[in-house]
Amino acid sequence: MLLTGQSGLGKSTMVNTLFKSKAWQSNLPSLEVPIPQTLELHSVTHVIEEKGLKLKLTVTDTPGFGDQINNDKCWDPILSYINQQYEQYLQEELLITRQRHIPDTRVHCCVYFVPPTGHCLRPLDIEFLQRLCRTVNVVPVIARADSLTIEERDAFRNRIQQDMNTHCIDVYPQKCLDEDINDRILNSKIRKQIPFAVVGADREHLVNGRCVLGRKTKWGVIEVENVAHCEFLLLRDLLIRSHLQDLKDITHNVHYENYRVLRLNESHQLPRGPGWVNLAPASPGQLTSPGPGKASRKSYRDTKDDEC
Amino acid sequence: MSTGLRYKSKLATPGEPGDIDKQYVGFATLPNQVHRKSVKKGFDFTLMVAGESGLGKSTLVHSLFLTDLYKDRKLLSAEERINQTVEILKHTVDIEEKGVKLKLTIVDTPGFGDAVNNSECWKPITDYVDQQFEQYFRDESGLNRKNIQDNRVHCCLYFISPFGHGLRPVDVGFMKALHEKVNIVPLIAKADCLVPSEIRKLKERIREEIDKFGIHVYQFPECDSDEDEDFKQQDRELKESAPFAVIGSNTVVEAKGQRVRGRLYPWGIVEVENQAHCDFVKLRNMLIRTHMHDLKDVTCDVHYENYRAHCIQQMTSKLTQDSRMESPIPILPLPTPDVETEKLIRMKDEELRRMQEMLQKMKQQMQDQ
Repeated sequence: MLLTGQSGLGKSTMVNTLFKSKAWQSNLPSLEVPIPQTLELHSVTHVIEEKGLKLKLTVTDTPGFGDQINNDKCWDPILSYINQQYEQYLQEELLITRQRHIPDTRVHCCVYFVPPTGHCLRPLDIEFLQRLCRTVNVVPVIARADSLTIEERDAFRNRIQQDMNTHCIDVYPQKCLDEDINDRILNSKIRKQIPFAVVGADREHLVNGRCVLGRKTKWGVIEVENVAHCEFLLLRDLLIRSHLQDLKDITHNVHYENYRVLRLNESHQLPRGPGWVNLAPASPGQLTSPGPGKASRKSYRDTKDDEC
Repeated sequence: MSTGLRYKSKLATPGEPGDIDKQYVGFATLPNQVHRKSVKKGFDFTLMVAGESGLGKSTLVHSLFLTDLYKDRKLLSAEERINQTVEILKHTVDIEEKGVKLKLTIVDTPGFGDAVNNSECWKPITDYVDQQFEQYFRDESGLNRKNIQDNRVHCCLYFISPFGHGLRPVDVGFMKALHEKVNIVPLIAKADCLVPSEIRKLKERIREEIDKFGIHVYQFPECDSDEDEDFKQQDRELKESAPFAVIGSNTVVEAKGQRVRGRLYPWGIVEVENQAHCDFVKLRNMLIRTHMHDLKDVTCDVHYENYRAHCIQQMTSKLTQDSRMESPIPILPLPTPDVETEKLIRMKDEELRRMQEMLQKMKQQMQDQ
């Protein structure tokens, strides 16, 4: 999972809240360390266990995104990181003697934190989202939603949805990848509520005798897990409880395959250096991906034509 | 110009009734006379608001002055914003309260910090401030000084986003470009998304960073030592709460049976005028009730004089380079008279010419006769 957005939007707190464990030490830059000039990526891997099932969670944070005065091309390091992970997987896949279990470091989901300005998406957000949704599953969320009232939230959400339509930003769950009617119904419900307005908290407070995760202010306690307060539960259900496997599948079947096809087409022009693995015409088992993505089916046809 | 409207009326020392009349000259009524004259003349104040969009600037202005200056505003969509440059918008409004008139000008800076590349996005703003100084400078050195329009910016409220961990590079760049030209009052916007401990931490960080980068924000003046304790206490609290964490609201909600300005959330109601909730009341008192005049004075005495000195230095260095002026005392070059006086002069000239022509005609007629 890759978390990205301007600093201070609560990314690290969100990770803690999502997995209810302090998987992330809050790394507030101290005064001596200036805001990093170039975008850095910090990856932390944890193994979490629940009911006997182990989940190896890798969370990548991107401090310094969008913080500079000139943010041109601040998305390049992120895109190259994602492509790097695809490349690693590709190389492993192409080896003659493959490991049984290829270590999968690909980014399955990118959570993009939109600042709660209340107006609409900023130019930086749009540029970034346009580029990113072609490479990875993007789930946009409205960060720090406790600064918006319910009406402001809804108006903001509508405007963001309009903006995404005008700029052809296709976020997860993608419309074109719905397999059947059930999926479509389920996903369209989700699509109406994207982006979720979330609030993150890692401290617990006592409310009416219950111990809840929340933020305590002078005028009340904002409960993170209360659906009337914020949509954190919806986000958690989407990411973990219902669509975790789907995210992985789409990453593997659609995004990764797109990347692979791109590389294969390029590689035909590249000279064969030492250690180059002969890319035999793909065996049917490899390329016929069960995914319904139109993109991957079209590409399969193209490579076949090239080879013929 | 008096430095403060606060004054202490010194009554004559109590003595025998007969002596009081002899010792009392009567100029203790001067402040009342000044008061009456100023009320008749009215006051003016120019306030600039700057900061990224979506931080609640217009809402705060509305809450401060209880007037809606942005009724017909149309929010730009994101694609229109991609090519937007920073604009300067001025709104002027005349407010009256208890017979005292205030001409309030709000200078808004939409588009600030919105683009992907924000280098020098504060340049239009510094140009605007310089322009106002230049115009005042010309008017002051001009011939007709009766009705000088003072458009200089007296105070700039800079909105810092509460979502960061302190000042952002854009914030630092802006403040460094403007701190020698305008009184900057930094504010933490949308403070209702922070819990009290976070507000404290953020204020400390911002104060540290302001010191570290050497930014000169507006300093509250020291109060005199003979003020009463209450006042001194208030002053101390004011200084300790800078930068103010503010919340603005356009709506009136019901809280505990009272109608207050606030924001209604599912988890509670934030009251704008509640000192425990935010520093809005402190900001309002500071800006309007106690320090408005001081802000104007600092603008006139410090920022404008700096500008003027800088300008004159530039002019004299240019002149000495041209070596046209030999006198060591820099004589102000006559500024170009503005359009109105030129028109007046031209009209008067024409009248004179017409009268002269008429006189000549009359003379000729008399001669003919």
